[in-house]
Amino acid sequence: MSRIADDAVPSLPRGVKFREDKARGRFVLLGPERIFEADQVSTEILKRVDGKTTFKDVLGQLTEIFTADEATIRPDVESFLLDLSDKQMMTIAE
Amino acid sequence: MSETLLEDRPAAQAKPVPQPPLGLLAEVTHRCPLRCTYCSNPLQLDPKSVELDTETWKRVFTEAAELGVIHLHMSGGEPTARRDIVELMRHAAEVGLYTNLITSGLGVNEEKLDALIEAGCDHIQLSMQGADSGITELVGGTRGAFDKKQAFARAVVTRGVPLTLNAVIHRMNIHQVPDMIEKAVEFGAKRLEIAHTQYYGWALKNRAQLMPNREDVDRTIEEVETAREKLKGTLVIDAVFPDYYARYPKLCNGGWGTRTLSVTPAGKVLPCHAAETIEHLEFWNVRDHSLSETWYEGPAFEAYRGTDWMKEPCRSCERKHIDYGGCRCQALALTGDAANTDPVCIKSPLHDKVGEMATMESAVAEPGPATYRGFRAG
Repeated sequence: MSRIADDAVPSLPRGVKFREDKARGRFVLLGPERIFEADQVSTEILKRVDGKTTFKDVLGQLTEIFTADEATIRPDVESFLLDLSDKQMMTIAE
Repeated sequence: MSETLLEDRPAAQAKPVPQPPLGLLAEVTHRCPLRCTYCSNPLQLDPKSVELDTETWKRVFTEAAELGVIHLHMSGGEPTARRDIVELMRHAAEVGLYTNLITSGLGVNEEKLDALIEAGCDHIQLSMQGADSGITELVGGTRGAFDKKQAFARAVVTRGVPLTLNAVIHRMNIHQVPDMIEKAVEFGAKRLEIAHTQYYGWALKNRAQLMPNREDVDRTIEEVETAREKLKGTLVIDAVFPDYYARYPKLCNGGWGTRTLSVTPAGKVLPCHAAETIEHLEFWNVRDHSLSETWYEGPAFEAYRGTDWMKEPCRSCERKHIDYGGCRCQALALTGDAANTDPVCIKSPLHDKVGEMATMESAVAEPGPATYRGFRAG
């Protein structure tokens, strides 16, 4: 069962920034008093969160990068985005 | 090459090479329209005449970004009391820092707010002294403060900038925790900090007037838990509970010289904002040393970094890498020696005494008037 609709568009709310942390050689998602270190998978997801790309297209691009089928990765990507949404660090517009 | 070097190192590094800092607290001025009795600024405030100039602060922000700092907390005092605050904000944003303005909301009209946002302010943290005007005026010592704060909060939210409310809790307002949570939702804040007073600076001076009793503290823990569950997705609540009643000390600022640094209005670089109370430490100034030099070589940062400095019971404690012996400033304030175990720790010989003192102080019905913060009263 999908928890995020195909045509939903994830975006970063104002005050949340995804950027390279050059001093430590990694990418981080920043909010007020919050730093999430992005691992390789979450970095690839967050790079595609631009407020334009639909959830379906994000998934499509990820299946190519990780050579995995959509049904396998979808639950993990959904959990990742919804968890950030609970923390006010992601907007998922239907 | 690197392998040989590694083998030459001592097996257990008591003093590891520090990682770059994540956060910088820039106290750009001690001037403030409020006179809060719980203020954590030092009793000896820096007057305007010794404040760093615009160019020096800009250099500090550039050096911070190069050093690896991610979050800049523009604070004070009231940071917007500086006439160059918009220019400082713009520069901080340009060098890539995540900018957090920590403000009383007083003296910031809509024009200045717009200018700060246009300059790149990422997030605003507004202090709340109480959930109504009576308590706000009693705690902050300034008339009309509550209405101005409310108007400021609305102006921030209307402009779409994420807002955090920071409520410092003590016996004068501890009964208002549920009301503060309600106000945070009503104002449209994204985050609320329920921060029980930490006893430094003016708060230490006024401890007898501020210390809550244990039952009230326990009740607020429950109130916060319930609200967190209910408001999931609407409001994030972060809470800091008072450690005088705790069993183990807090990991102060992520460990001494480990994650954050502070710069005072006059340019002293401190491992934490209360560190100046440890008088024997030598603090370097941004006027004489780069931020990077101070972070990696400054004697005040070296003093309590790692575990080399520890005495017993810290030295042999299984928790020494968890809390690093707690807070050095609190150890000094309550035991007379900054290298002692933070006495809130159950292993400290003074642990029971600290709890009893807090219980006793909080039980006094009329603790007398608190001392309002000010440039002379310290």
